[in-house]
Amino acid sequence: MKNIEILGPGCPRCKQLAENAEKAVAELGLNVHVEKVSDMKRILARGVISTPGIAVDGVLKGSGRVYTVEDIKAMLAA
Amino acid sequence: MLILFTRLADLVAYDLLGLNPTSRFGESIHFFIEDTAKIFVLLAVIVFLVAIVRSFFPPEKVRRFLSGKGRFVGHVMAAGLGVVTPFCSCSACPLFIGFLEAGVPLGVTFSFLISSPMVNEVALVLLFGLFGWQIALIYLVTGLVVAVVAGIVIGWLRMERFVADYVWEIRMGRGEVPVMTGKERVEYAADYVRGIMKKIWPYVIGGIAAGAFVHGYVPEGFLLRFAGPTNPLAVPMAVIFGVPLYANAAGVIPVVQALMEKGLPLGTTLAFMMAVTALSFPEMVILSQVLKKRLIWTFIGIVTAAIIMVGYLFNLIV
Repeated sequence: MKNIEILGPGCPRCKQLAENAEKAVAELGLNVHVEKVSDMKRILARGVISTPGIAVDGVLKGSGRVYTVEDIKAMLAA
Repeated sequence: MLILFTRLADLVAYDLLGLNPTSRFGESIHFFIEDTAKIFVLLAVIVFLVAIVRSFFPPEKVRRFLSGKGRFVGHVMAAGLGVVTPFCSCSACPLFIGFLEAGVPLGVTFSFLISSPMVNEVALVLLFGLFGWQIALIYLVTGLVVAVVAGIVIGWLRMERFVADYVWEIRMGRGEVPVMTGKERVEYAADYVRGIMKKIWPYVIGGIAAGAFVHGYVPEGFLLRFAGPTNPLAVPMAVIFGVPLYANAAGVIPVVQALMEKGLPLGTTLAFMMAVTALSFPEMVILSQVLKKRLIWTFIGIVTAAIIMVGYLFNLIV
């Protein structure tokens, strides 16, 4: 069971990334929880400075970019 | 190469639309077509190239370059990196915390925070396309100087105690941002161009339309009477008007260019543009999560003073 963290204070880009993550999960038919993390302490604890960041099972996969549904699917497959 | 856009505007305005080149209307339409075509092409090309360069400098990496650098070198590097590092105001807080956590001094962090929004590629492209490379270069250099000097002054004032207390308790994780492949860099850059275009195209068109109107209809030397070099209040007034216009930087520059043609002096023009890009109300609201009031006002005060000095200096020497 995996979990995805969307790391960002809640700006439009963060919301877009969270939506894309939800879509990727749905398209793959996975039971993965997408969590929006807006607490600065937790964002920085993942090593993210340029928001939004995305982490899968606690491992940072990318930051500073609105990744596409396809990008996120690849992150989940790896 | 830019003559291409003049030819294009000649073709559309005079040949296709059959407007009279000597009429005010024809001149304004010509101005509008030439500048919109030029700016959008330049934006697409230059923002793309800048984004490729940027993909090599994520802020996660930059903070490590800056930690433990000597004071002066640190300020210069921070201001320079501010130009090429991606920055959006919603990342301002994590960026600020991440820099301090890496041991980047407070003043050096401010040099970065000042140069990053002020000397950005969109402003530089508009300046280059509308004013020419000389003014774009002057803006770049004076912008960096303002960022370095303001950062050094903030460092001298030893204001660490006016950073929100919780900031000092945060520890960065070791999470590494994965290195991008060549293909990913191109995708990132294309993405970045799309994002910027989507955000600013109405401002660019609106700005150029307003500029075209000023260009065709406002009499020559009109502004000399109100905001000429002899009015000592013109520079501070320009700065005060500039601060609330933040979101419209892309729309303001074309208007300012037309105003400069009508007699607005270079120093006042530069001060106005810097105020528009460097100081923004939304960014201050965001930064108030990590800075206590006193430091925010000091920051605003020092940057404003530096910009006003740039205005007076250029009005004096040009």
